[in-house]
Amino acid sequence: MGILKALREKISGPKKILKNDLGLFVFENTSEVIRAEKIIKKKGWKIRVMGPPPEIRRGCDLVIEFPLIEELNILRLLHDERLTPLEVVPVNSPLLKPVDLFQTKDFGRYLMIRAANMKLTLDKETLVIVNISGGGCPDVPFLAQEMVGKTIKDAPDPEDIGHTLCGYALKLAYEEMIKQCLQ
Amino acid sequence: MLAVVGTVPIKDFPLISGDATLNDDCLIVEGHRITINRGTPALIAASIKTALSRGDDKIYALLVGDIGLGDGSRTLYRYLSENLPSYDFDVMAFHYLQPDSDWHNKVLFAVDEMKKRPFLIADAGFMYAAKMSGQSPEYDLFTPDAGELAFLADEEAPHPFYTRGFILHEDNNAPDLISRAYKYDNAAKYLLVKGKTDYIANKKGIISQVDNPSEEAMEAIGGTGDTLTGIVSALIASGMDIPDAAIMAAKVNRLAGHLAKPDPSTQIMSIVEKIPEALFEMAKR
Repeated sequence: MGILKALREKISGPKKILKNDLGLFVFENTSEVIRAEKIIKKKGWKIRVMGPPPEIRRGCDLVIEFPLIEELNILRLLHDERLTPLEVVPVNSPLLKPVDLFQTKDFGRYLMIRAANMKLTLDKETLVIVNISGGGCPDVPFLAQEMVGKTIKDAPDPEDIGHTLCGYALKLAYEEMIKQCLQ
Repeated sequence: MLAVVGTVPIKDFPLISGDATLNDDCLIVEGHRITINRGTPALIAASIKTALSRGDDKIYALLVGDIGLGDGSRTLYRYLSENLPSYDFDVMAFHYLQPDSDWHNKVLFAVDEMKKRPFLIADAGFMYAAKMSGQSPEYDLFTPDAGELAFLADEEAPHPFYTRGFILHEDNNAPDLISRAYKYDNAAKYLLVKGKTDYIANKKGIISQVDNPSEEAMEAIGGTGDTLTGIVSALIASGMDIPDAAIMAAKVNRLAGHLAKPDPSTQIMSIVEKIPEALFEMAKR
């Protein structure tokens, strides 16, 4: 950190983002949210994937919370990637926070990680994904079909083929599994 | 007759409706062969095994392809909302559909127009939609797992993904979560909760608990909740009342799992295959 910047922050403290400085991108479906999150984060913007406020909630939704001041820049980036939000709305009320706690169960040879309602189980010796359980959205059987029986290195990333909140929860479990078993 | 409504994980799979049968490891509906991995095909397979063992015959399936984009689910929702009044089912089990509260309500309106209201069972995505719509008491039975029970108990969560941490981590406190779900009208008339201990409950409290045999590996195996829902649906369709069917289903599902000698890598079809033997064992007791 530069000396001048450090001095300025010491005097005034880091700039706090107020709630009304934040906006929400609302997309057609969760898979678009997952794609947009990946693209925006890669460019270094601080965003959060959150639950939508009740007035725009339909059932299996995620929205992206972003600093309003960056709206045009982010929209331009998304446009280049052919991703257009359905709506951009300011944050006026507290948003639902996704689950960020994990539960790990060690079966000896097998390790199971649970995020929200999704569970991913890995054979620790072969690194093969042996089971996916929990969840109720239609991409869960699809994700299981595509991932079970493959090693965690070869299996598709749920971030790329998941489309729902259950798919997003599995992505969290998958990332935690990689953290615990491969890093 | 039992009708099962759900999805298969195949893109562009058409909407089909008709009697479901089993052939080797596949489900056959209207000439389509569907692999039984987990999800709605596993539920139907468990229903067929149960129904056949009890001398019943037909399971009706209403299925569509959906890999999570919701397109297939919306096609099925629309079909149900337009055509359900002309059907005659004793029991309907709604399963893996993209949760959508508006479409859910349209389907429920269509159920109201049926000549005879069937027993309504909901699990998975359709149960999420029922809870989010505030219509849970319209259902006769929900079959949540422990995580989904926490979601039902959290009056603010629109999906299990948003279940608040202080509720989510109360796995060992199922009775309190059950009463909390009923307190906020987020439970069906009966609950069959799958977990380390299975609970059968209604608004008045816990009716029964089943915890034997216990196989720890079952928690990791995808589809064990689907088979439980399939077994209880078929038992209710055979004429059993809901509490008895739920207790029997919990015991049969556990015993089928035990007979499969499972480890966390066991696949659900190994357990489905053991359902007739488990039903036979239960009948002897």
